[in-house]
Amino acid sequence: MAKPLVFEKPLGMRDTLPDLYEVKSNVRVTMEEAVRQWGYRFMDTPTLEYYDTVGEASATLDRQLFKLLDQEGKTLVLRPDMTAPIARVAASSLQSEALPMRLAYMAKVFRAQQQEGGRPAEFEQFGIELIGDGTVSADGEVIALMTDTLQQAGLDHFQVAVGHLGFVDALFKEILGNDSRVRRLKRFLYEKNYVGYRQHVKQLPLSSIDQRRLLDFLQLRGDASILERAEELISSTPGYQAIEELTMLREFLEAYGVSDVILLDLTLVSHMTYYTGVVFEGYAEELGFPISNGGRYDTLLSKFNIEAQATGFGVHLDYLIEALQPKEQGRSSQCVIFTEEHRKEAIAFSVDKRKDGIQVVLQDLKGVKDLDAFTETFSDVTYFIGSKKEGKR
Amino acid sequence: MTEPLTIAMPKGRIFEEAVQLLREADYPLPPEFEDSRKLIIDIEEAELRFILAKPMDVPTYVEHGVADVGIAGKDVMLEEKRDVYEVLDLYISQCHLAVAGLPNTELDPVAPKIATKYPNVASAYFRSQGKQVEIIKLNGSIELAPLIGLADRIVDIVSTGRTLDENGLVETEKITDITSRFIVNPVSYRMKATVIDEMVTRLEKVIVQKERVI
Repeated sequence: MAKPLVFEKPLGMRDTLPDLYEVKSNVRVTMEEAVRQWGYRFMDTPTLEYYDTVGEASATLDRQLFKLLDQEGKTLVLRPDMTAPIARVAASSLQSEALPMRLAYMAKVFRAQQQEGGRPAEFEQFGIELIGDGTVSADGEVIALMTDTLQQAGLDHFQVAVGHLGFVDALFKEILGNDSRVRRLKRFLYEKNYVGYRQHVKQLPLSSIDQRRLLDFLQLRGDASILERAEELISSTPGYQAIEELTMLREFLEAYGVSDVILLDLTLVSHMTYYTGVVFEGYAEELGFPISNGGRYDTLLSKFNIEAQATGFGVHLDYLIEALQPKEQGRSSQCVIFTEEHRKEAIAFSVDKRKDGIQVVLQDLKGVKDLDAFTETFSDVTYFIGSKKEGKR
Repeated sequence: MTEPLTIAMPKGRIFEEAVQLLREADYPLPPEFEDSRKLIIDIEEAELRFILAKPMDVPTYVEHGVADVGIAGKDVMLEEKRDVYEVLDLYISQCHLAVAGLPNTELDPVAPKIATKYPNVASAYFRSQGKQVEIIKLNGSIELAPLIGLADRIVDIVSTGRTLDENGLVETEKITDITSRFIVNPVSYRMKATVIDEMVTRLEKVIVQKERVI
C-alpha cells in the first residue's frame, strides 16, 4: 500500500464544506424543531462503545463495524447506529424514568465500506426512539413523525413502505413448521432474491396449496387491499394479529393525514433478527438508496437486561440532503474593508450592523492580496478608506 | 410520467436475447437498436431509456439507482452481491458455472491455484467444499491459465463446452446453473412501482409461453 498523499482521506470519509454545512444545519434545525413539537427529548452518547455491548447488540453487520483496541486490549467500536447506545442508556442511567420514554438524537455514526466508494462510511443520522410502548399507536406515531419531519425538511416526493415481520414469521411457521426452515426462506426475502425464493419454495416437500400460499405471498405489495388477500393466506393467531395491527396502523396514519405516502409491502424484511413487528423504509424519488428506516425492536432492550418494547426510526441525513437538492444559497453576509486610520469607525459600524442581526466580515485592506476576488462573494461591501466612507454595490 | 424508466442492458452475449425478449413483450425497440454504438438510447414514445453497460457492471448501476432496472446474469449477481431485487428469472443465456482443468490432474496439495473472473464465487465454492485455495483473478481467456501453468483449475461459465474442448480442458465440477435475471433498484421498486410491475407482468407472460413450448 502506498503511503497516503496529503489530500487523501480513509475510504468513505467526507468533508463538509461551508456551503453544504450551511444547508445541513438548516435542515438539522428544522427537523429538531419538528420532533421537539412531539415532545421528544434530545440526547447524545459517546462515539466509542464496547464491542461486547453495543457492537454485539447493534443491527449493523459485523463486517461493517470499525473496531479498535483500548489500552487494556478491549475491543471498541465506533458506534454504527444510535439505537443500541440509547437502549444501553435507557436500561441504565435512565432506568428510573417513567415509561414510555420519548428520546431523539442527531449524531454521526460509522459504517465501514467494503467494496468501493459512493457511500459514506461516516454519516449523520437523525432519529427517535419510543421506548416502553408496545401499542400500534406507538408504531403509528413513529411513522407519522418520520413523515412529518421529512415533509418539514422540504422533501416533496417520498414514500414509506411498511411491512410486518410478525406476519412473515407466522405464515412461514404455519407452513414450514420449524425455525431453521423459516430462517432459510426468510433469508431470500432479506437478500431481496425473489427468484431464489420461488425456486426454493418449488422444491420444498409441500402440498400444492401450501406452495401456492408461499408464492402468492410475494404479491402482497400495494395499497390496503392486500390486507384482505393476506388474511386469506394465513390461519394462525399471530398472523391474524399482525394483519389487525396493520389495519389499525393504517387507520392511525389516516387520522394523521399521512396515509397517501404509505405503501404496504409484507415482503419487506430489513433485518434477519433485529426487528420483531412493524418495519418500514422511506424512499425519495431522486435517490437510489432508502433515506430512512425503522421499526419495532422488542428484543433489543433485553440484551441490556430490561424488558421493554420499543420502536423508532432513523433518517440518513446526508442522503436526505442529496434528495432535497437544495439550491446554492448566495452568501448573505456584508463586508467592511478598512484602512488603519479608519479602524475605529469601521469597528463601530460593524458592531452596530451585527447587533441588527446582519452578518458582517471586517477586513483590514492590508490583509487582502486580490481585492476584487475577495469582495466578489459578498452581497454588499462598505469601504472605510482614504478620506471618507464609501459604499459599493 | 415525466422521467423515463432507465434500463441497464448487458452488452455482448446476453444482449441480443434480452432485446428479443423485450420485443416479444411488446416494447417498441427500433430495428437499428443492436447496431448502435451509443451508450444511452432513449425511446421516447415508450418512456424508456436504455444504458448499455458491461455485464459485470449492470448490478452496480442498478444498486446506485442510476438505472431503475437491469438485466444481469446470475453469475454476476453471485459475484457482486449487490443490494438489488432479483425479481424474475428470464430463462435466457442459459449456461452454468463450473470448475475445469487439464484431464488427469490433481489440485496442488500445498497451494492449489484457481484462475477466474469470479474470485468471490470461486473462493466461496471451494470453502463450501472444505478446501482452501489461492485465487488468481483474470479478466478473460481464462482457459489459458491451466494450459501454461498459471493455475491448476479455472472457474468460469460454460455454455456449450466448446471452448474447453478445443483447448483440451475438461469440466471437473459443476457449481450452479446460470440464467439471466431481471433486477430492480429497491427505491425504484417503490417509487416507480406501476411501470415496473407492468414490465414484470409482460415479461413473465412471454417467459411462461416460451417455457411451455420447451
